[in-house]
Amino acid sequence: MIHPIPPGTRDVLPDEMRELRKLHLALIEVFEGFGYGEVATPAIEYDEVLARGDGRAAKSGYKFFDESGDLLALRSEMTVPIARLVSTRFADTEGPLRLCYLANAFRAVRPQRGQMREFAQVGVELIGAPAPEGTVEVIEVLGAALDAAGLDRAVIGLGDADLYRQLLTELGVEGERRDSILERLATHDLVGLETELSEVVSDRDCETCVALSQLRGGPEVLEQARGLGGAAVGRATQRIGETYEALAARGAADRVQIDLGLLRDLGYYSGAILEVYDPALGHVLGGGGRYDALMKRFGLDLPAAGFALYMERVHVAQMEEGQP
Amino acid sequence: MNAPGLAGAGRVKADGPLKVAVPRGSLLGGTLDILDAVGIDTAAVRGESRALIFPGEDVTLVTMRPSDVPTYVEAGAADVGFTGKDVLLEQSDRVVYELLDLGYGRCRMVLAGRRGDTKLGEAERRLGMMRIATKYPRIAERHFEGTGRQVEVIEVKGSVELAPLIGLGEGIVDLVATGRTLEENDLEVREEIVECTARFVANRVAHKLRAAEVDDLTAKLREASGQ
Repeated sequence: MIHPIPPGTRDVLPDEMRELRKLHLALIEVFEGFGYGEVATPAIEYDEVLARGDGRAAKSGYKFFDESGDLLALRSEMTVPIARLVSTRFADTEGPLRLCYLANAFRAVRPQRGQMREFAQVGVELIGAPAPEGTVEVIEVLGAALDAAGLDRAVIGLGDADLYRQLLTELGVEGERRDSILERLATHDLVGLETELSEVVSDRDCETCVALSQLRGGPEVLEQARGLGGAAVGRATQRIGETYEALAARGAADRVQIDLGLLRDLGYYSGAILEVYDPALGHVLGGGGRYDALMKRFGLDLPAAGFALYMERVHVAQMEEGQP
Repeated sequence: MNAPGLAGAGRVKADGPLKVAVPRGSLLGGTLDILDAVGIDTAAVRGESRALIFPGEDVTLVTMRPSDVPTYVEAGAADVGFTGKDVLLEQSDRVVYELLDLGYGRCRMVLAGRRGDTKLGEAERRLGMMRIATKYPRIAERHFEGTGRQVEVIEVKGSVELAPLIGLGEGIVDLVATGRTLEENDLEVREEIVECTARFVANRVAHKLRAAEVDDLTAKLREASGQ
């Protein structure tokens, strides 16, 4: 008899499970080696608590009432639940806190798009370590995780979430228009970006913004960006430059691609943002960055950074690269 | 952030020629012309062959329906591609990078009704809503929502001009190049929604990992399109 399961969910059979388990253990071993302790949190939380993190980022696709009428939600990622856990359980802990996880998260999907409702994320959160050292550590751990997964060709994109926010403020673009332009940048709609910018700034500033969003590569792109000018660009390239140099000094910059066009649509990011690609896969493997303002929403004013990888995608990339 | 795709979806072989999605249909001529202009050989595609894939030294051309281009490019099955803005607007949830407006294939997305017929306005006034037949349900819905009107959008696949003529809805939303089809079917443009041209799009990962090739092709296309 055929009993269906909801679209966007799936069973895992023994062969794949064995490989996923191996990958999981290898990654957790890397994280433990860097001093990150594994934690688990409930898949369901109070909606109110998740929404405190960030309305947009932690927006849950699935909410329901429990028997006493409280609104519960299925988590859509792990950063907000861990922020909740840290502020509740580790509020008095001295020094940076290092946590890692492998957890299933849930998102609403559009039908017939091949998207997953339920998916596994594996990642780390480093709480209490500021930029650039904290960022450098997180990228180093991410690089080691990709090594452990055998993804030698994987690339870590490094950008800055504040670059365009500050640049647009500097150009006097505010309010709805600013949000709309940031949205164009996040989706990389260059045609729309040019059109909108040309309505509010000079041709030269418009060209600068568009050119900036196309700069990606080695440290030389920082030089090119500085050539385009502006205080916001100066500050962002300095932040990225410090991080990159510290990574290079630790021999961890090889797979890092500086990308001034990187903008993630999760609202809580500030400063460094990360994305992970592998040539064997057309989708991003994961991402992360700094979220220095997030912990404050849970009552602990601490800088923080982290990343999450989509477990299934890392596994597919592994198979495509021929190293299951 | 987009929910992740199925574990098996979207495999790209990074190495080898850049895979370029080329739309068949009305955009094909303009696309082949601009590819020729940037020095990519299109003779094989122009020939009589029924093949879908045309391998070359630096680029492989893959021909497909225009509306499939965002699907292949999003998944990374094609690295870059050409398609109409109408397709991108209708599939605005597809994550592809829109790099260039190429200028050719210009046409208008319009709301049309029967010539001299007051049914559209009448339906809105009396019933508070209109029934609109279209092949572009999302563009139509967004347009009417954005202008504060209620409509019932009816999706059809074939010749949409037929719908209002035999009573399926009071109007249509469709793409118009010359306006001849509308005219021949006794329809007239009531509102212009958006102007559409051909666009050059890229897969997100290809844009990062094959940056030099994508940038080079983009720059050449920009020059050739004179935009």
